[in-house]
Amino acid sequence: MNYRTVIGLEVHVQLKTKSKCFCSCSSEYGAEPNTNICPVCCGMPGALPVLNRQAVELAVKAARALNCTVKERSIFARKNYFYPDLPKGYQISQYELPLAVQGWVEFDSDGKGTKRVRITRAHLEEDAGKLLHFIGTTPVDGSLVDMNRCGVPLLEIVSEPDITSPSEAHEYLAALKEILQYAGVSDCDMEKGSLRCDANVSVSATDELGTRSEIKNMNSFRAVEKALAYEVKRQSSLLEDGQKVIQETRLWDETTLKTYSMRTKEEAHDYRYFPEPDLVPLVIEKELVARLDREMAELPRMRRARLIAQFGLSEYDARVITQDRYGADYYERAVACRPPKAVDLKQFAKSIANWVTVELAGCLNKAKISIEASPVPPENLARLVELIFRGEISGKMAKEVFAEMFGNATTVDKVISKRGLKQISDEGALSKIVESVLLNSQNIVEKYRNGNEKVLGFLVGQVMKQTNGQADPKQVNQLLHKKLSKSE
Amino acid sequence: MNYPLMTALELRDMLARGDVSPSEIVRIAFAEIEKQEPRIHAFVEVFTDRAVERANELEQIPKEKRGPLWGVPVAIKDNLCLSGKSTTCASKILEGFVAPYTATAVKALEEAGTIIIGRTNMDEFAMGSSCEHSIYGQTRNPWKEECVPGGSSGGSAAAVASGEVPLALGSDTGGSIRQPAAFCGAVGLKPTYGRVSRYGLVAFASSLDQIGPIARNVGDAALLLKVISGHDQYDSTSLDVPVDDFSDSVGAGVRGMKIGLPQEYFGQGLDTIIKERILSTVKNLEEMGAGVEEISLPHTDYAVATYYIIAPSEASANLARFDGIKYGWRSTQARDLREQYAETRGEGFGIEVKRRIMLGTYALSAGYYDAYYLKAQKVRTLIMKDFHNAFKKVDAIITPTTPTTAFRLGEKLSDPLQMYLADVFTIPVNLAGLPAVSVPAGWTEQCMPIGLQVIGPALKESNILKVARAVEQIIQTKK
Repeated sequence: MNYRTVIGLEVHVQLKTKSKCFCSCSSEYGAEPNTNICPVCCGMPGALPVLNRQAVELAVKAARALNCTVKERSIFARKNYFYPDLPKGYQISQYELPLAVQGWVEFDSDGKGTKRVRITRAHLEEDAGKLLHFIGTTPVDGSLVDMNRCGVPLLEIVSEPDITSPSEAHEYLAALKEILQYAGVSDCDMEKGSLRCDANVSVSATDELGTRSEIKNMNSFRAVEKALAYEVKRQSSLLEDGQKVIQETRLWDETTLKTYSMRTKEEAHDYRYFPEPDLVPLVIEKELVARLDREMAELPRMRRARLIAQFGLSEYDARVITQDRYGADYYERAVACRPPKAVDLKQFAKSIANWVTVELAGCLNKAKISIEASPVPPENLARLVELIFRGEISGKMAKEVFAEMFGNATTVDKVISKRGLKQISDEGALSKIVESVLLNSQNIVEKYRNGNEKVLGFLVGQVMKQTNGQADPKQVNQLLHKKLSKSE
Repeated sequence: MNYPLMTALELRDMLARGDVSPSEIVRIAFAEIEKQEPRIHAFVEVFTDRAVERANELEQIPKEKRGPLWGVPVAIKDNLCLSGKSTTCASKILEGFVAPYTATAVKALEEAGTIIIGRTNMDEFAMGSSCEHSIYGQTRNPWKEECVPGGSSGGSAAAVASGEVPLALGSDTGGSIRQPAAFCGAVGLKPTYGRVSRYGLVAFASSLDQIGPIARNVGDAALLLKVISGHDQYDSTSLDVPVDDFSDSVGAGVRGMKIGLPQEYFGQGLDTIIKERILSTVKNLEEMGAGVEEISLPHTDYAVATYYIIAPSEASANLARFDGIKYGWRSTQARDLREQYAETRGEGFGIEVKRRIMLGTYALSAGYYDAYYLKAQKVRTLIMKDFHNAFKKVDAIITPTTPTTAFRLGEKLSDPLQMYLADVFTIPVNLAGLPAVSVPAGWTEQCMPIGLQVIGPALKESNILKVARAVEQIIQTKK
């Protein structure tokens, strides 16, 4: 039987604020446990939350980038549950009146054109802490709580159930990540936990929605896709066998590649949401939204279109380059370094595109470095490409030079002067070398003159050897031709 | 000097003249506390060493830099944080907890030059009206030891009334400053919601809690109110409005003021003697030039029910942080995480606190929220509107603070509903977020103090202080 798959995603992204959502502690990732804490985020008796304005601005920016309507008045609510990583025993979140509603994300779905997934709501909330387990070890046997993450601002983005396949879920997440990175609101790094995703999925053979399950604990976009694919298969075969899907929360296990039941609907928490009395309603003035709209960075789809129009990039190159904002920023910074008279813009832009998508991407991948931390800054890459265009180094040499620039975090000019790599394009100097080679290879010259033109290659090789490969082979060829025909 | 009978202002003036030093005052205060404590047990801890050090520090401050209460001893309720000292809310669950920071209002006390003498007894987590629900045992009424001092700020009220300290801070969620002030014959003022920062006050019901002064007279209460009032960036609900010089308004008199008497507060359940004393005082106010008219606050009857939905709901969340994970009591009986919570909280909270957590949890539960919490919020709005309408006509409202005078220890312990009704006249004020003060309006024939409550419009503490001062004058001339 054919089953229709319906997927909705709940995504949490960490907003890139300096401090936490309700206190002034740093929200920096990876600090020593319990060093970024204070009475407020630790839930000390008597401490009170004060809303971080920067968190609000980033949340509004994100909401606008997702085409949401930002509500003029929203309220915070307490979500009550007990867990050791939740020091107050409740999470400050938003429930009935969220910050933003009714948006959408558009992306190019593989082979199906433009896909639009609607956003139900986006709301601001605080993160919980982290448990560290040391079971059966010394000196600690048990679990410890790290509260550094407590109170870090998150935006929860809830989609409508508009996603129709696991691969589309992956595409949606990639598009969402792209947009939020471009808007400058979040790093969306799943490994560092700055993007997390829960998925709701159901299958149905009819027009009516099937019973859904919620899947948690997926640590990458690929895991989301795999977990959803597993779940679609599991639910379909249940229905196939005439059984029922039960509404429950399931956990994805990355090692067994299966989902496991965590709790059924009956066991679900009653969070007892109610308005947070320690905070006043959040009023977001229209002026603020308008200002943030004006300041909004160019979003990925627009940027792609512009790069194609402005630089004549191919669809493919534009897509690869704009995959993340930092890559696109890098690219544009490099292109901007073009010496305007010396090189044609489109040629230069194309060449930079090749370098960014091939050599740089390869080196970054191998070294597991992100592009914003590249040891070769865009200005240095641009200089390398410029020297190629000026004919001062050969394309082959340039690759070696780049590898050294990357490995030693140095500039093209330093590598060249250190290795004496500069291409010998001075015709006088090259002529002398050519002449000495001809003089020392009289028998080869003989053969050439007797009609064996193949030996020219040997002569070129000799010259290249003498110049340590720093000569342009084409130029050497021409010179040899000239000299050999002259002597005739 | 007769320390136990002196007001804070008198003490301050003596100190300022150099007739007595802060160190001497500290010695005198501790001597008085030593004398009174076996009888009333108002304090749960006295900060002997800290107070002596503090007095020495204060003595180093040059004259021109001394605060308005330089050298005056004060007590704070055991739900206010003072860095380095225990704050327990009279609960086992906070056993061993040492505050890592100081409450904004307490900081203001110290900046004003006061010497914090100790922390006072209370009903556990401010839930109660008798000061009997305390891990430290009960406090007794200084006027009659078989009677309760009221609650929950019973320790603060008893400490002030017995002469141990001239001033104390309490907190008021449904009457917890005014009711014990009335029972102990002190002046207790609950400020407008948002007037005083709640930062560092261990929350009971966040939308109702306010810190306020308990004093021996209206002038002292006005001065202490001024000291602790003002906007605080650490409390989002604190109001960013100018603070009046309340002391100035105290003596201004009531001529031309309009006073409302809400009929709903003078009906069934009110002791005849209290009714008589309040009404005769009102007559005196009329003689002093105040206009008096009967008014109606029609939703008064629903206030207690509304309060017992909203306050426990908020409390059920506010008290969730006491889980034995981070601080305070932790059960050693638990075998897993679930039991860790259940055992710790089961052992750590007293019966009244558990009752209210249960009530609040129930009221917020899925399927009940609309019928209880949401409905209660709507009624709360109606109660606010009652007052709002009344204050279009009058400048202040006078009611009894309590329906009875201090009851006997143990009398209402087994009947929580009767206990809740002790706050029937004070609760509506918290629901409406208004300022109100309880001022002594005489005594019964058994020599038990009677409290008169003056309620004012939001931010009009000056109105209620004016009326309260006039009441004080009336009672003094009658004596």
